[in-house]
Amino acid sequence: MDLSTLVELAYLASAVLFVVGLKRMQSPATARPGNALAASAMLLAILATLVDNQVLDWTGILIGVVLGGLIGAVAARTVKMTAMPEMVGLFNAFGGGASAMVAAAEYVRLQEAGALMAAGTGVTIALSLLIGAVTFSGSVIAFGKLNGMVTGNPVTFPGQKPVNALLFVVILALGGMVAGLLAVVGGLTPLTTFAVFSGLALLLGVLLVIPIGGADMPVVISLLNSYSGLAASAAGFIIGNMVLIISGALVGAAGLFLTMLMCKAMNRSLANVMFGAFGQAGGKAALASGEKKPVRSVDAEQAALVMAYAQSVIVVPGYGLAVAQAQHELKKVMDLLTERGVDVRFAVHPVAGRMPGHMNVLLAEADVSYDLLYDLDEINDDFKNTDVVLIVGANDVVNPEARDPQSVIAGMPILDVAYARNVIVVKRSLSPGFAGIDNPLFYMENTMMFFSDAKKAMSDVAKEVREA
Amino acid sequence: MGEMLIGLYVFVLATVAGRELIGKVPPTLHTPLMSGANAISGIAIVGALVVTASAESRLVTILGVVGITMATINVVGGFMVTDRMLEMFKKN
Repeated sequence: MDLSTLVELAYLASAVLFVVGLKRMQSPATARPGNALAASAMLLAILATLVDNQVLDWTGILIGVVLGGLIGAVAARTVKMTAMPEMVGLFNAFGGGASAMVAAAEYVRLQEAGALMAAGTGVTIALSLLIGAVTFSGSVIAFGKLNGMVTGNPVTFPGQKPVNALLFVVILALGGMVAGLLAVVGGLTPLTTFAVFSGLALLLGVLLVIPIGGADMPVVISLLNSYSGLAASAAGFIIGNMVLIISGALVGAAGLFLTMLMCKAMNRSLANVMFGAFGQAGGKAALASGEKKPVRSVDAEQAALVMAYAQSVIVVPGYGLAVAQAQHELKKVMDLLTERGVDVRFAVHPVAGRMPGHMNVLLAEADVSYDLLYDLDEINDDFKNTDVVLIVGANDVVNPEARDPQSVIAGMPILDVAYARNVIVVKRSLSPGFAGIDNPLFYMENTMMFFSDAKKAMSDVAKEVREA
Repeated sequence: MGEMLIGLYVFVLATVAGRELIGKVPPTLHTPLMSGANAISGIAIVGALVVTASAESRLVTILGVVGITMATINVVGGFMVTDRMLEMFKKN
């Protein structure tokens, strides 16, 4: 067997390991080895590539690997779990950027060699660059919006959609020229055409993400994750490498599926997330702000007593919990209640936190056993038999308004907390959540409002439960 | 069958496989999954290595090395941060 056959077999093994690794990610018990398997598949693919290619000069390769490895390792070690969505966004930017670089390098090489480019190669170079560049600049903007460097508000200007559409047409035309399908106009050199094409692709990524609100960024990052897979696949077509095509396609499918899942959990279409600001679709307007309704307010002692003498408690954590960094204090309350014989479980809404499953990560960080975390479908029927529901930093996902067909959040899947015997809501104020609408849950007879910062509330409650 | 067409076959089949694989992951693992899948998209490093290895001009080398650096950040950072998350998932 010659070397190139061996290398191809190594690539095949690598592709299989990626599939098996992803498969093992289906269960928490095997997910970690699954991830390690995917990482070893990557190492195998890299080694096979280095063996297969006559490396002319190792300097650049070593610089890239050492520098990239250091930056990646430090970022991965130091990032806070609450900042996970923007970290994934930033890593994703680099993945897309890398595919764009492959396309650029190959285009420049072909131009320098004066080689005639096959139409197929030209198209895949243009595609890989376009998708990679949009992924890069779009992900950077999404990262900025999540960590506050770029305003989280939708940035809009008059005629935005026509401008974007026009830009897209210009990019397609330039892409056609790069691919050699269209004649180059205006006497531009191929490299100049390519540079303009790349610049406009980067601009398109910015313009596509900038009008989307900060709260929708996880959906955007998930979609861009899918794009970075497609860009890698396109790069695989350029250099005729199957492992790139396969892995890219796997990621492309995974990202798209996750994106659809997120949209479904928010009861919105992908088009609505990408092109429509939330709440502009009409429907019942928010409650007049002047309207005052009575609420029942409680303090830490009262809240602690209700829970300490209950048989069953379901905790509903939301993003407010993560913002306040209160997951460790909440875990303490949970432990104290469990010691007293109270049955404590967690109900995790699919969009709790800042991306699907984010809340599970935050609770895992606080050492909450994952078999205590229940999905919406698993636990929704249990609320009616539950003594106390403790809601910490969640709002829209427990809003019974979603059952009203006139509401802007009509049809959004919610946790049916209102059916529990007692509901304790820990919240700073009565202010509305991301959907911008009032929550009737707060004014219900069996609801107690505990106005406080989540972290302080939980440590106060822990103290009171101990004394109860 | 041309190389492009074989590539297309592989691409379509891998897409179907990816969709089928991911559909069964419980919501608990969606964040690590997104991050793990993101690390796999760093496979572009293979492309970057190929173009850099055979680079004969300074410009191609620079583009390739920037690509290697970006992809390595994605790969190393992505797999490590996913491992960090999964390490925390414990059952009592």
